[in-house]
Amino acid sequence: MLDLTPKKIVERKALRINPCKTCQPVGAMYAALGVHRCMPHSHGSQGCCSYHRTFLARHFKEPAIATTSAFTEGSSVFGGGSNVKQSVKNIFEIYDPDIIAVHTTCLSETIGDDLNTYIQQMDIPEGKIVVHTNTPSYAGSHVNGFFNMMCGFIKYLSKATAVKNGKIGIFPGFVNPGDMREMKRLAKLLKTEFIMFPDTSGVLDAPMTGEYEMYPKGGTTIPEIVSLGDCEKILALGELTSMEPAIELKRKCEVDFDSLPLPIGIQATDAYVMALSHFSKQEVPAELEEERGQLVDIMMDAHANFDKKSVAIYGDPDTVLGLAAFVLEMGMIPKYLLTGTPNEKFTTKANALFEKFGVTGCKAKANGDLFELHQWIKNDPVDLLLGTTHGKQIAKAEDIPLVRAGFPIIDRYVHSYMPLVGYRGAMRLLELICNALMDRRDRDAKDEDLEMVM
Amino acid sequence: MNEREKILDKYSAKVFKNRKDHVVQFDNAGMPKEIAANSRSIPGLMSNRGCCYAGCKGVVLGPLRDVVVLTHGPIGCGFYSWGTRRNKAKSEDGKSYIQYCFSTDMQEADIVFGGEKKLRQAIEEAMELFNPSCIMICSTCPVGLIGDDINAVATWAEEKFNIKCVAYSCEGYKGVSQSAGHHIANNGLMKSIIGTGDAPLTKKYSVNILGEYNIGGDGWETERLLEKIGYEVVSIFTGDGSYEAIKNAHTANLNLVQCHRSINYIAEMMKTKYGIDWFKVNFIGIDETIRSLREIAAYFNDPTLIANTEKVIAEELEEVAEAREYYKEKLHGKTAAVFVGGSRSHHYQMLLADFGMKTIIAGYEFAHRDDYEGLEVRPNVKVDADSRNIEELTITPDDKYYHLSIDKERFDALKLTTELEYYKGMFKDMGDGTIAIDDFNHYETEKLLELFHPNIFYSGIKDKYMIQKSGTPSRQMHSYDYSGPYAGFKGAIKFASDTYMSLFTPAWQYITPPWRMQPTLEGKVGGAD
Repeated sequence: MLDLTPKKIVERKALRINPCKTCQPVGAMYAALGVHRCMPHSHGSQGCCSYHRTFLARHFKEPAIATTSAFTEGSSVFGGGSNVKQSVKNIFEIYDPDIIAVHTTCLSETIGDDLNTYIQQMDIPEGKIVVHTNTPSYAGSHVNGFFNMMCGFIKYLSKATAVKNGKIGIFPGFVNPGDMREMKRLAKLLKTEFIMFPDTSGVLDAPMTGEYEMYPKGGTTIPEIVSLGDCEKILALGELTSMEPAIELKRKCEVDFDSLPLPIGIQATDAYVMALSHFSKQEVPAELEEERGQLVDIMMDAHANFDKKSVAIYGDPDTVLGLAAFVLEMGMIPKYLLTGTPNEKFTTKANALFEKFGVTGCKAKANGDLFELHQWIKNDPVDLLLGTTHGKQIAKAEDIPLVRAGFPIIDRYVHSYMPLVGYRGAMRLLELICNALMDRRDRDAKDEDLEMVM
Repeated sequence: MNEREKILDKYSAKVFKNRKDHVVQFDNAGMPKEIAANSRSIPGLMSNRGCCYAGCKGVVLGPLRDVVVLTHGPIGCGFYSWGTRRNKAKSEDGKSYIQYCFSTDMQEADIVFGGEKKLRQAIEEAMELFNPSCIMICSTCPVGLIGDDINAVATWAEEKFNIKCVAYSCEGYKGVSQSAGHHIANNGLMKSIIGTGDAPLTKKYSVNILGEYNIGGDGWETERLLEKIGYEVVSIFTGDGSYEAIKNAHTANLNLVQCHRSINYIAEMMKTKYGIDWFKVNFIGIDETIRSLREIAAYFNDPTLIANTEKVIAEELEEVAEAREYYKEKLHGKTAAVFVGGSRSHHYQMLLADFGMKTIIAGYEFAHRDDYEGLEVRPNVKVDADSRNIEELTITPDDKYYHLSIDKERFDALKLTTELEYYKGMFKDMGDGTIAIDDFNHYETEKLLELFHPNIFYSGIKDKYMIQKSGTPSRQMHSYDYSGPYAGFKGAIKFASDTYMSLFTPAWQYITPPWRMQPTLEGKVGGAD
């Protein structure tokens, strides 16, 4: 496995090998699926839409609907105006969504298609809405596409009226429906009135009922997106993902925001809970304090199995930072932190975490790839890999256990239903990590060393 | 209204005018039908089609294990086509690039100022790291728009590093589907690779397997059968294939075409250039595998070979006989819908028939009319602007390598009774109220489920979960739901066992909760005691 990867690291300036990111439009598609009765629309050639739908379906094991402008060579030369107009007409006629969320691709961006103008020229049925965002595939990553689509919705829809709605807006970051459900559960426990945006729970984790619903129950509604402009405050979870839309909303509707890390692990969940409690002016309920206490209890009970174990974490910036914070709380060493997303804030924040917990010899890199991560590991190995499916080759090549977390996970089931966030999410994560390390210990043990009790 | 009319009923006049020719329903009389195919998808209809890049890099070139296939473009295209098609490969010397994804990961500056410099640099880095003997460059959409001269870069790389470097301008917007990419990939292999090697043959009867991508190991199973009979498999296009083998493809006696759509260009061009005849074979399905093996043996007409073929058929049949009867009994009478790939919607109908299952719905994403109606329709196919933009190579007989394996008299005789240089298309095996749809979309799929209620729906990941959610078992036939191989005798049994599993997995019984069937609340009316 990966036999051609040399141990010796040479600097690469142009060749990306085994990437740890994908392109903007898939993130935009995911964000748009978190809006109720929304049809994501890819303004590019058919392949983009097909690839993105495929990846979302593979990660969530759910239908991922989206349409395409189906560019031909002709439209690439003369512009895709008529394609997108024809698309919108057909989509409303045949699929009847309430809103179409258009995102661009490298193709339509390179030829400079002006979606603002196209949308103004469209004949949109009464009561229906078309919004757009620019998601050039040659900048940033799928994470940028996710928040750019959020910005698109906000720009088109959010409005500040004279009256505040008494709610807090929660931007959950690029996380799974299972995480969004857990964030909402915590908010409800704290009796917080909130709007979550986007919200893919109830969409990409819809139940099996025997009836296919093209637009399942979940998703942020259009009135809710409008009403974001009247929120008292926004909680932007995951600074590198949710800050941009929070800033956009601040600019447009003067809604203040607090930026917090993704609530992964103890302290980040504490901060989320405190922020909600502060907002709702409700004491943290005993039920939740009990959960927290259980988590700490488990961390103590099991610590000998993971203390000082080294781990390589890779994936999306806020997810990696969140996971890193939790493994540090567990007493582990996050030796390598890597994201493919080009954003130097990631490195700064990672280094701040290393410093906070007083760990040395750890390394963080943004705009990296899995080929390089593998080379680091070849030179100085780790006990555990924590990240997305694409690290499984490294896990196999170097015989290192892998715990899956993040996006995309295209080779396992259930993960998208279960949270990584909150105290419950941390318990689950701890169980996954601890089991991986302990299974490994059992597997490697000589017969005379196999422990019945651990 | 028949089912076809019901499907089309919802469409506006403009959409109806287009779609009506892509939907064909067969009557009992078995009248020949015409279908519209290989034309533009309607924007907004939620087609399942991919793009030219997906056909070129994803399908045809991606499986070549000893080639650094370098995607020139932003990261997405390379990322999505990394390890996702199940084109298995293994190499004796460990030199396999299949596990790797190579991309120039173009950034905004590359789009503005041109990406050639970065492409050159990426090739330099690939050479330093891996020293491959062959690099193939695949373009994505923006590359063609900004005008990077990838051919010039390929020439530069060949001169500088003394390697083979082939550039493919397979921008996603070209053509109307993956199909354009297949053609572009075929052209590149024909122009630059086939015929450049001179490895000697080791056996008397040799073949190439064309259009076999080794999904789930199908190619290996096919190769096993052919080698067991005594053939030499010179090269496979391109599942577990290699640059080193394909160089010598022109030395083979016969080409076997499995996937007609994606590779027929090479089969026909090799006939013109090297005189190599081709058969449309099908190793999906037990009866079809037997037919294919017998036709190949008949072509070479060697009594030993024919005897070996019958011996292998008997052996393989005996091995699966019991399981075949078992699954036939379980699956007999079940109805199916099949939407897959290049010839697979046809192939799988034959396999389903092995077990007494009936295909009532079939279609393709990117087929041409000949895939549906048979090769005889070719002269009547109108070439539109989108297809005209894909280069048609002018091929002439090769002075050195042109050779005929059989004389014209035998060729003509065989052509009458076999699929020698002929593909009959899918329609001839359909009829009786069944329906065929070209470039099917999400809405039509929903309508098909509603109108036909197939017992199982074989398609891809994009519609799998929608179909399953609506209560119909669905299996992916692009990836075999990570199972396989499905080729040959044993593969047919594997397929049947997977089908049986998905039809009867216990979860189907639990969809409706018990409280929906019987009341759980007990109470009394009017507050009485």
